[in-house]
Amino acid sequence: MNNVFVICEIDEGKVADVSLELLTKGRSLADRLNCKLEAVALGHDLKGMEKELFQYGADVVHVGDDKRLSPYTTLPHTAVITGLFSEEKPQIALLGATTFGRDLGPRVSSALQSGLTADCTSLEIGDHEDKKAGKTYKDLLYQIRPAFGGNIVATIINPDCRPQMATVREGVMKKEIFDKNHKGKLNILDVNKYLKPEDLVVKVVERHMEKSKVNIKNSSIIVSGGYGMGSKENFDMLYELADVIGAEVGASRAAVDAGFAEHDRQIGQTGVTVRPKLYIACGISGQIQHVAGMEDSSMIIAVNNDPNAPINKIADYVITGDVSEIIPKMIKYYKQNTK
Amino acid sequence: MGLKIIVLAKQVPDTRNVGKDAMKADGTVNRAALPAIFNPEDLNALEQALRLKDKYKGTTVTILSMGPGRAADIIREGLYRGADKGYLLTDRAFAGSDTLATSYAISRAILKLEKADIIIAGRQAIDGDTAQVGPQVAEKLGMPQITYAEEIISAEKNKIVVKRRLERGVETVESPLPAVITVNSSAPACRPRNAKLLMKYKHAKTITESQNASEDYINLTADRPFLIIPEMSVNDIDADAKWLGLTGSPTKVKKIENIVFQAKEAKRLTAADDEINDLMKELIANHTIG
Repeated sequence: MNNVFVICEIDEGKVADVSLELLTKGRSLADRLNCKLEAVALGHDLKGMEKELFQYGADVVHVGDDKRLSPYTTLPHTAVITGLFSEEKPQIALLGATTFGRDLGPRVSSALQSGLTADCTSLEIGDHEDKKAGKTYKDLLYQIRPAFGGNIVATIINPDCRPQMATVREGVMKKEIFDKNHKGKLNILDVNKYLKPEDLVVKVVERHMEKSKVNIKNSSIIVSGGYGMGSKENFDMLYELADVIGAEVGASRAAVDAGFAEHDRQIGQTGVTVRPKLYIACGISGQIQHVAGMEDSSMIIAVNNDPNAPINKIADYVITGDVSEIIPKMIKYYKQNTK
Repeated sequence: MGLKIIVLAKQVPDTRNVGKDAMKADGTVNRAALPAIFNPEDLNALEQALRLKDKYKGTTVTILSMGPGRAADIIREGLYRGADKGYLLTDRAFAGSDTLATSYAISRAILKLEKADIIIAGRQAIDGDTAQVGPQVAEKLGMPQITYAEEIISAEKNKIVVKRRLERGVETVESPLPAVITVNSSAPACRPRNAKLLMKYKHAKTITESQNASEDYINLTADRPFLIIPEMSVNDIDADAKWLGLTGSPTKVKKIENIVFQAKEAKRLTAADDEINDLMKELIANHTIG
C-alpha cells in the first residue's frame, strides 16, 4: 500500500526504454520515501518479463497477461490499472510521455479523480505548506515541467489526491540497472476480474510499425547542418551531438545535394517546415528557402565561421568559429554536466 | 442521416511566436503582447469534422469553446470556415481549472447540447501541451477515445474508423459511436475562411458582446438568429461546484519560474571553451536541452 508504481509500456514484446528509465527514477523516489517500488506490465506473452523489471529495481511486478491486452487499446488497460490502483492505493504512479502513456494516463487519472502532470522534466520529493488552510503536507511529489511554450518552468503538486501521477518523456531520466540479482515478488493478475465486455469495443484493425523513421517534424530539438559542414565525415558529428542531447538531425538543401544527408532530413521550402524549441544551425548560411522552414523555432543557435552569414540575423545566439571545433566542445560539456 | 459533431476548440496565446515585447522587464510573460489564436491542432480537428460534413449529408458541426469572453473570436473563425454553430462556455467559476476540472466542465456542457455522435478535439493546446483534456472528457462521458488521429477514414453505421499516427508508425482502429477523437498536427491543415460565410457570420456575437450593441443590431439578430453565439455558464450545465475551478483541480501550481527570454538581439560568442560551456550551462539550466 502507498507505494511508487511505474506503468510499463510493452513494445513488441520488450519493455520500452522509457519505462526502465522510470523504474530507475522510481527506485530513488521509493528509497527516499521509504516505500516499495512496484511495476505493472500488461500485454500478451509476457512470460519472463518480470526478470528485467526486478533488475531495474522493482520490488513487486504485477503482470496482466491476456490476448485482450495486446495490441494496446485504451479501455482494457484503463480497467485493469484503475482496478489494481483502487486495491493497492499507490501514492505515486509514473508513465512514459509516449503515445501510450499520454493516451492511458489521462484516462486513468480521470477515472480515479486524481491529478496528472504531463511531460515532467524533473521529479523531486518535498514538503508543502498551505498557509490558507493551515495545513502542511509532507513528502509530496514535485512535478517539474516547462509550460507556456517553454517560456516558464512550473512546479506542480497534488496535495490531496492519490496517486500523484506524472508522465516523463523518453531520455529525460537515466536508465540504470539497480542490481542484476535483485528479486522481488511476482503478482499475476486475474484480468477477468477487471475487464467488462464494454471495455473491448475498440479494435485495432491494422498496424504498420516502421523501424525508427526520421521524425524531424515532431522533434523539439533539431541539430541541422549545411554545406559549410564541409564533408560527410564532419556532418556525421551532428548525429553524435543530436544523440547526446536528444535531438533529430536536419539538413539544408545544399547539404542534401552534396550527399551529406538523406532527403527526408531536408528542412526548408522544398523540405519540411519545423518549429522546434531549439534549432542549432551548423554551417548553414541561411538562404531564405532554408529560413522559411525553420524561422519559427523558439530558439536558434547559429554556428558559422562567417560573422556576416544571413542566418545570424534571425539567431538568438551566434557562435562564430570552426564548427568541427565547437560541436565536440558542446558534446563534451553536456556529457560531463548532466545525469 | 447526418452526424452530429462537436469540435472542442481553445483560444491560446501564441507561444510559438514570442516576440521582443513578450517578456516584461522583470522577466515574466507579458500575456497581453502575445496574440490570441485558434489552437493549431484544434484547427486540424475542425478540418476533420468539416470533411465528414462534406462526405455525409445532413452532418452538423458545432464548436464548443471554454474560455473568457474574447474566445468568441475563435468561434467566429470556426463559423467562417464552415462550422454551423458555436457555444462559448464561460464563467468566473472555471478560473484556475486544471485539466481535470476543465474536462468536467466541458463534459457537463456537452451533455446539455444536442446528443453528439463524434466529439473531435486537437491532441493538445500549445499553452499547456498536456494532451489530457480529450481523454479526460471521454472518460467523464464514458465514451471510447481515439487519440493521435491523423485521418478519420469513415463514420458509418455507428462505427468510426480512424488512422492514428504513433511514434514509429500508423495504426488503424475501429470504435463504436459515440466516441471522442483527438487530432494531431500531422493531419491536413484546416481550410481557409469562406468568403460567403465570412459575410454571413461577420456580425455573429455572444449575448455579452451584443449588450453594448445598437438597437439596429438587436433588430438584425431578430431576423437572423444564427448571429447569436450562445453562452453557457455554470448554471446552465448542472455542474457540481466542488469539481470546478481551483477546488475541483487536484493539481496545484506550487511555483513558477520564468525563463528570461532573450530578445532577438543575437548574443555573439566565439569558439572559446568558457563561452561554449556557459551557453551549454544556460541551455541545461533553463531546460532547453536535457
